[in-house]
Amino acid sequence: MIRFDGVTKQYPDGTVAVDDLTLTAPTGKITVLVGPSGCGKTTSLRMINRMIEPTRGTISLDGQDTARMNEAEMRRGIGYVIQHAGLFPHRTVLDNVGTVPRLLGWDKKEIRERSRELLDRVGLAPELADRYPSQLSGGQQQRVGVARALAADPPVMLMDEPFSAVDPVVRDQLQDVFLDLQGELGKTIVFVTHDIDEAIKLGDQVAVLRVGGKLAQISDPAYLLAHPSDDFVADFVGRDRGYRSLQFQPSPKLPLAHERTLLVGESTDGMSSAWALVVDNERRPLGWVEPSRVEGPVTTEMLHRGGTVARASGSLRGVLDAALSSPARRGVIVDDSGSLVGTVRAHEVLSLIESVDRPDEDLADAFAESEPETSR
Amino acid sequence: MIASVLDWLTSSATWAGDTGLGARIVQHLWYSLLAVAIAAVIAVPLGLWIGHTGRAKSLVSVANSLRAVPTLGLLFAVALYLGPKIEGNLAFLVPSIVVLVILVIPPILSGVYAGVEAVDPASRDAARGMGMRGMEIVRQVEIPNALPLMLSGLRSAFLQVIATATVAAYVGLGGLGRYLQDGIATNDYVSAAGGAIVVSVLALIVDGVLAVVQRLVVSPGLTGRSGGTRSSRRGMSGTGEAVAPESESLLAGQPDRPSQPAARSAAH
Ligand SMILES: Nc1ncnc2c1ncn2[C@@H]1O[C@H](COP(=O)(O)OP(=O)(O)O)[C@@H](O)[C@H]1O
Ligand SMILES: [Mg+2]
Repeated sequence: MIRFDGVTKQYPDGTVAVDDLTLTAPTGKITVLVGPSGCGKTTSLRMINRMIEPTRGTISLDGQDTARMNEAEMRRGIGYVIQHAGLFPHRTVLDNVGTVPRLLGWDKKEIRERSRELLDRVGLAPELADRYPSQLSGGQQQRVGVARALAADPPVMLMDEPFSAVDPVVRDQLQDVFLDLQGELGKTIVFVTHDIDEAIKLGDQVAVLRVGGKLAQISDPAYLLAHPSDDFVADFVGRDRGYRSLQFQPSPKLPLAHERTLLVGESTDGMSSAWALVVDNERRPLGWVEPSRVEGPVTTEMLHRGGTVARASGSLRGVLDAALSSPARRGVIVDDSGSLVGTVRAHEVLSLIESVDRPDEDLADAFAESEPETSR
Repeated sequence: MIASVLDWLTSSATWAGDTGLGARIVQHLWYSLLAVAIAAVIAVPLGLWIGHTGRAKSLVSVANSLRAVPTLGLLFAVALYLGPKIEGNLAFLVPSIVVLVILVIPPILSGVYAGVEAVDPASRDAARGMGMRGMEIVRQVEIPNALPLMLSGLRSAFLQVIATATVAAYVGLGGLGRYLQDGIATNDYVSAAGGAIVVSVLALIVDGVLAVVQRLVVSPGLTGRSGGTRSSRRGMSGTGEAVAPESESLLAGQPDRPSQPAARSAAH
């Protein structure tokens, strides 16, 4: 557990970067600090490992005041990942990953084994081990950065916008890898980002900061979207927050309609509906065709692929999006192995949404208890 | 003229004996090496310290302004001042070495400082954040990354010192300067030209040796020299895809954003 107690940071030039911050990052959870540029996220994060000294207040790790710890030793027990990875250009990928174990004086062979294992865990191919950072893409560099931070298996990780310098597709993959890892490892993580979508996707708990370094709201992401505490938070979480909050609502049992399907190579002759769904041999959806517009056997070039596909076990957001994006107005729903189970219409999803309660005030109480400033 | 210089260079009489070309080359290299070694003992730690702490940066400019001092003038001044205070042969050696040391401190100091200064702040930040202490950062991060510029500084120091060590002859010492000094004094232009050629060749050879050393000690990650192996490794990423299908295949399609260190030029 990491605890900030009335922490203030004023830089020598007078800038108050963080103002009387009190919050708790619970053990084994991801706490995201989010807010506009310059609101003091980096300063807050760097005060945890004392890269920056607080002006006032205390920060404690599992109840121990960090001011009384040996800096270098404490940092070796805290994984640290920064925006541009900050890899050492003169060291190979493998040696970069082994940095902290080497500082800790591990045996050489042990370091190599551990480093290789970590490259694998972050999804990097083993032959990348002997490359140098300049030979990697931005996304690969960030993976190495994460592997390096995890090398000595620290219980705590500090991450400062680790995925913001890569393009959206890679960012999405990195976030997924990261969540998978966290699912296995259960580290205590403080994660900084300016991207509210990232905060909501990754955070068990999200702390919104406003410029001037004041905590605006802290709660779990679903509650944050449903009940922003003031105009600033409401603005910051964005206009489509109602829609995005659906991502935290698992779909109840869906009223699925049976969908007639075709295989590639079959003919649409005799099909009366405006749109027909094409699937492969395992009934995985491939796309839609308009029987009235095509002649002869269906080919893959004819398929409309605009519609998204949602898993029946996923969130209401995915289901609604599938319905809204489908050219046939029928959202395609699959099971966990990707096979078609049926389709659903938007108005049916909306009825479901109306029948489910919004995230309750109670949900945030757990955090509100440890966080007296929630209502600020 | 050229033919006679060649004759002079290839004649065994030129090379033989205590005052022959061979002995002069050894003396010349000895003065150069001694001066660079002393200068390095002063300038390398100083440059590392200035670069690491960011303090006293003005020392680098001060050192650089020393380059404007005329070598010969300085040599006579130092010889006049120190000469009487020192006994024997050292009375000539010490002033010459002092002058040469002053000459080569600036290139070494600027090279080391510029090298450390050029270390990516993100690397340094990550190093500190992972719990490296001051000296660990210097040894494990700053020195290896500063090596290309440090060694360029050293190379230019050697080029300068080998060319300039000829002045030692003016205060009665040996070295290749003897041929220039004595040759001109006695109108023996053949040996003067021969001596000058040997000085140039020596400078080139030493520079070549240092270039090889530089290749050996600088990490390929800094020079981009591993570029050759890169494309072949690329080719292998087919096996990479088998290991990490979603990530590798998509990442492979990424425009590579190589943070290739910009071609580093000597800082002077
Ligand atoms: N070393 C510094 N000296 C003075 N002001 C600083 C320094 N570092 C950051 N600041 C200021 O402190 C505020 C918060 O900065 P930072 O923590 O980096 O914000 P964020 O990471 O949220 O963008 C900003 O106004 C920034 O300009
Ligand atoms: Mg920041």
